[in-house]
Amino acid sequence: MSEMPLLSLAIWVPILAGLVVLTSGAERNASLARKFALIGAGIGFLVTIPLYTGFDVSTPTMQFVELMPWIPRFNINYHLGVDGISVLFIILNSFITFIVVVAGWKVINFRVAQYNAGFLIMSGFLNGIFASLDGMLFYVFFEASLIPLYLIIGVWGGPNRVYAAFKFFLFTLLGSLLFLIALIYLYFVSGNSFSILEWHQLPMALDAQKWVFLAFMVAFAVKVPMWPVHTWLPDAHVEAPTGGSIVLAAIALKLGAYGFLRFSLPIAPDASHEFSGLLIGLSLIAVVYIGLVALVQQDMKKLVAYSSIAHMGFVTLGFFMFSPLALEGAIVQMVSHGFVAGAMFFCIGVMYDRVHSRQIADYGGVVNTMPKFAAFFMLFAMANAGLPATSGFVGEFMVILASVKFNFWVAFTAASTMILGAAYTLWMYKRVVFGDVGNHHVAELSDISAREFFVLALLAVGALGMGVYPYPFTEVLHSSVNELLRHVAVSKIL
Amino acid sequence: MDMQKLYLLVPLAPLLGAMIAGLFCRIISRPLAHTVTIAGVATAFLASILIFQDVLAGNTFNGTVYHWMTSGDYSFEVGFLIDQLTVTMMLVVTFVSLMVHIYTIGYMQDDPGYNRFFSYISLFTFAMLMLVMSNNFMQLFFGWEAVGLVSYLLIGFWYTRPTAIVANMKAFLVNRVGDFGFILGIGLVLAHFGSLDYKTVFSQAAALADVLVPIVPGVEWGTVSLMSATCILLFIGAMGKSAQVPLHVWLPDSMEGPTPISALIHAATMVTAGIFMVARMSPLFELSETALSFVIIIGSITALFMGFLGIIQNDIKRVVAYSTLSQLGYMTVALGASAYSIAIFHLMTHAFFKALLFLGAGAVIIGMHHDQDIRNMGGLRKYMPITWMTSLVGSLALIGTPFFSGFYSKDSIIEAVALSNVFGSGFAYFAVMAGVFITAFYSFRMFFLVFHGKERFGKHESSHGTHSHDGDHDDEEVSPDHHHGLGPGEKPHEPPLVVTLPLILLAIPSLFIGYFAVEPMLFGGYFDGAVFINSHIHPAIEEMGKEFHGAVAMALHSFSTPVFFLAVSGVVTAWVFYLKCPNIPAAIKSVFDPLYKVLENKYYFDEFNERIIAGGARLLGKGLWRGGDAGVIDGVIVGGSVRVVEIFSLLAKLLQSGHIYHYAFSMIFGVCALLSFWLLRA
Repeated sequence: MSEMPLLSLAIWVPILAGLVVLTSGAERNASLARKFALIGAGIGFLVTIPLYTGFDVSTPTMQFVELMPWIPRFNINYHLGVDGISVLFIILNSFITFIVVVAGWKVINFRVAQYNAGFLIMSGFLNGIFASLDGMLFYVFFEASLIPLYLIIGVWGGPNRVYAAFKFFLFTLLGSLLFLIALIYLYFVSGNSFSILEWHQLPMALDAQKWVFLAFMVAFAVKVPMWPVHTWLPDAHVEAPTGGSIVLAAIALKLGAYGFLRFSLPIAPDASHEFSGLLIGLSLIAVVYIGLVALVQQDMKKLVAYSSIAHMGFVTLGFFMFSPLALEGAIVQMVSHGFVAGAMFFCIGVMYDRVHSRQIADYGGVVNTMPKFAAFFMLFAMANAGLPATSGFVGEFMVILASVKFNFWVAFTAASTMILGAAYTLWMYKRVVFGDVGNHHVAELSDISAREFFVLALLAVGALGMGVYPYPFTEVLHSSVNELLRHVAVSKIL
Repeated sequence: MDMQKLYLLVPLAPLLGAMIAGLFCRIISRPLAHTVTIAGVATAFLASILIFQDVLAGNTFNGTVYHWMTSGDYSFEVGFLIDQLTVTMMLVVTFVSLMVHIYTIGYMQDDPGYNRFFSYISLFTFAMLMLVMSNNFMQLFFGWEAVGLVSYLLIGFWYTRPTAIVANMKAFLVNRVGDFGFILGIGLVLAHFGSLDYKTVFSQAAALADVLVPIVPGVEWGTVSLMSATCILLFIGAMGKSAQVPLHVWLPDSMEGPTPISALIHAATMVTAGIFMVARMSPLFELSETALSFVIIIGSITALFMGFLGIIQNDIKRVVAYSTLSQLGYMTVALGASAYSIAIFHLMTHAFFKALLFLGAGAVIIGMHHDQDIRNMGGLRKYMPITWMTSLVGSLALIGTPFFSGFYSKDSIIEAVALSNVFGSGFAYFAVMAGVFITAFYSFRMFFLVFHGKERFGKHESSHGTHSHDGDHDDEEVSPDHHHGLGPGEKPHEPPLVVTLPLILLAIPSLFIGYFAVEPMLFGGYFDGAVFINSHIHPAIEEMGKEFHGAVAMALHSFSTPVFFLAVSGVVTAWVFYLKCPNIPAAIKSVFDPLYKVLENKYYFDEFNERIIAGGARLLGKGLWRGGDAGVIDGVIVGGSVRVVEIFSLLAKLLQSGHIYHYAFSMIFGVCALLSFWLLRA
C-alpha cells in the first residue's frame, strides 16, 4: 500500500485549490481563476487514480486507512478509508469535478472565481463523505457539502432559485436532524464511539434497529431522492446552472444511496429485512410513477430530473433484494448514472447557452444546425434508455435479472422501464433534435465548440467503456459487496 | 489462418468500416466511404464462406472472446457459437448486406447523408452478426437491441420528414415492448438455469422440463410451467423484432426509411432475428406444447391477416412490407410446428427473394423519380427490362412457383403444418393455405399494375390531386424533394449497373437456392446438433423425409396439389382484376365498403395504440404529475406543513406587538392567573 495519505489528498487538494482560486478574487482575474481551477481539478483527479491502481480487490477490509484523533473529548476521529464501493465514487466525483470546471469555462462570466471555488471545495467535501469512517466526520462533510451547492444554485441559478433552494432546505432539514439524532443514539449505545465500523458490529434489539433504520431512511430517502420525497429535485435542477445540475445528478444523488450501504444495511440488518418490502415498493413506484410523469414534462431539465429519480429507483430496488447481482447492479447503475445523467444535463446546458430556453417546444430540428452535437446527444439518450453497450444497460440488466429471481412481479414492474425510459427519452429527442428547423433560434445555432466536444467525448468514453467492458468496475466491488451482504444476512438482535 | 481469428474478423470488419465512414463522415470522400464499408462487408462475406466450408467439414466452435463481467455466482461473457445455424445466418446476412451496399451507391447517390448511410448499414451488419454469432443470451440481447438502434436511425434517416421521425420512434418503442418480455424471459433463464450460456442452459433443459413456477404467490393453482413461461416471454421478444401481431404495427411504417434498408433490415435480416432466435432456442421450445401453440397461433394470424392488408396497399413499398409481415407469419408457423429447419430455410429463401423485390421496388422508385404510388405506374416493362425480369423472378419465388426457391420452403411449411399435431395447427393450416392465394393475388396485383397495362405515369400533377383523397395519407406529408414523380412526357429509365447488378445477383439464389438446398437442409441432417426436435412428439419432419424423393419429384408432385391451384388462381384473379377488367376492384370495394374500411385502417391497431395506450400513458402521466406531485405532495404535505408553521408563527407574531401596555397587561394577567392557581390549590 502507498505511503502517501491518498484519501486526505483527494479531500484537501480540491479544497485548497478552491481557496487558492478564491484568492484570485476580482472579475478581471477571471481567466487566471479558470486556469487555477482547471489545474486544481486536474491534480484532484490525478491523485485519485492511485486509489484504483493500488486497490487490492481481494479484501473487503478498508484500504488507504488514515486515523487521527480530532475531538478526543467525544472520541471523534479523523478516520478515513475506502472499500470497493466508495473508491469508485471518489474517482467518479473527482472526474466529474474536472468536467464541471471545463463545462463552465466560457459559460460562467459572473463571479468566476467563486463559482469554480465552490465546485472545488464541494468536490473535497464529497470525497470526504465517501472516505469517512467516523460517523461525526461523515455528518460534517455531509452537511458541509450542501453549502456550496446551495450557493451555486442561489447565486448562479435561474429566476426561481429562492423557491428551489428553500424547498431543498425544507426537505433535507428534517432528514439531517433525524440523522444526527440517530448518530448520537448510536454513539451512546456503542459506548461512546463514532466509528462506523464498530457500529457495524454492534448488536441491537429489533425495535432499536427499526428506529435507527427509519431515521436513516428519512435522511437518505430525501437525498436519493425516493418517492414521495422527491419533489425538490426537479425544481433544484431547473434552477441550478449546468455545472450544478451535473454535480447534483452525478454525485449528490449518490450520497443518499451510499448512506443506505454504509449505515442502514450493515448497522440495522434486521430492520433492513423488516422494511425491505416498503423500500422495494417505493422503488417500484419511483420507476413506474416517475417514468410516467417524466413522459409529460415540457421542460428538458425537469424531464431528465424525473428520469434521474426513476433510475435511482433502480438503485434502491437493487439494494433491498440482498443478492450480489442486484447490489452490484445497483452500484453499477449509480456510477453509470453519473456519466449519463451528467452528460444529459451538459447536453441541455449546451442548448440552453445558445437559445436560453429549456422548453422542448422552443426547439425542433437541432440536428440540422448541430449535427455533431446531435450524435453525442443520441448516444447519451440511448444510454439513458438503457441500450446495451452503454453503461446505462449494465446496471438495469443486472437489477432486472436479479429481481426475476427475487420475485417475478417485482421484475415485471421494474422492467417497464424498458418501455417508459425509451418513451420519454426518445420522444424528447425527437421533438428537440429531429424534424425541420423549428424556429430562427434553431436556425442560428452553431455546432459544439472544441471545448464542448472534449467534455462530451470524455463522458462518452465513460458511458461506452463501461457498457462494453464493465469488468473493471464490478471487479473492485465483489469483496466489499459480499462482505456487506454477509453483514446483512447475520442477525444482530441481542 | 487460425479459425478463431476468422470468426472475430466477421463482425469486426464491418464495424471498422462503419467507424471509419461514421466518425469521419464529414472528412472523407464518398468513394472512400463506400469503398471501406463495402470492403468490410465483403471481407465478412468471404470469411463466412471459409467458415461455412469449415463447418461443413464438421468443425463447430463454442468459446469466449472476452469476459464481460462477473457478479455473484454469475459470469457474463462475449463469445461465439459457430455451428450450421449460425453460419447459414452469417452467409445470408453478409451476402444480402453486400448486395445492399453495392446497390446503395446508385440509390443514394444524390443524398447528402451518403457517408452516414454507409456507416449505418455497416454498423447494422456488425450488430446483426453479433446477434447470430452469440453463444449466450446477454450478447444476443446486445445484438437484438443494437440492430433495433440502427433500424431506428435508418428509419429516421431523413430526419426532417415528420412521418419518418414518428415511424422510427414507433418502431423503437414497439420493439421495446417485445424486449420487455424478452428480458423477463432471459431473467427466468438466469434464475432457474444459473447461466446465460446457451450450451449450459440447453443441457439442463430436459431436467427442468417439469418445473412449475408460482405466479400468484401462496395459491396452489397459481403456478405455470417454467418452460412455457420462459418460452412465451422469449417469444414476445421475437414478436417485436419479427413483427408478429399485435406488435407488427411498426413494420409498415418503417418503410419511411430509404429502400435499401427496407430490403436489408426490414425484409431480409433484422426482422428474421426473432425466427432465428426461436430456432436457436429449439431445445427449450420443444419442451413446451403451450408455447408452441402460442407461437403457431400468433404466426398464422400474422400470415393471414397481414396478407389481406397487402391487397389494398397502393404504395409499392407497403405492398412488399405487408407481404414481408405475412411471410414472417409463415416462418413463425413453421416454428410452432416444430419445423425449425424449414423456418430457417424459408428465412433464407425469403431473404433472397424479398431483398430482390424490395431492391426491385427501389429501382422502380428511382425510375419513377420517387413516386411510390403503383396507380401512377403501369407498363414499366418496356423501359426497365432488367427490373421487370428480376421482379418477376422474385414474385414467382414469393408465390411458390414450383422449382423456384420460395416453392421449396413454403411448400415444406404447409406440409409440416399439415402433419403437425400441436393445438392450433388446424387453424394454421387454413391460414397458410389461404395465404397462398392471397400472396399470389397481391404480388401479381402489384406486378401487373407496375410493369404491365396502360402507362399511367407522366401526368403526376393531375393524378396527385385525385389520389390524395383516396385515403393514402402518406403522400401529402412527404417532403417534395423525396416525392416528385415523373413530369408530363417524362419516361422511366433503367437505373445504372450498380443498381441492376445486385438485382441480378439476388435473382440467382431466388431461382436456384431452394432446389439445391432443400434436400441437405431439411432432410440431410444439415442442422443436426444445431436445432433440436423431439421427434417422438413432433414427427412432422421425419415423416416428410420419408415422403421426400428429391427436389425434382417434389416440384413435379406439387402440380397436382391444391397449393399450386391456389397460387395459380391468385395470379389469374389478379390478371383479371387489374389487366383484363380493371373495373372489378372498384365494384367490389363499393359492395364491401365496411370491410374495406377495416382493412384500410389496418384493423384499427394504430388507432388503438395511439388513442388508448399512448394517450392513456400521457393522461396518466399528467394526472400523476399534476395530482400526485404538484397536488398531494407539494400542495398538501409540503404546503400543509409550511402552513402549519405559518399559523404558529402568526400566533407568535401577535404576541410580539411592540406595545408596552400589551406586555404589561399580559404580565398582570399572568401574575393574577398564577396567584389564583396557587391560592385555589391551597
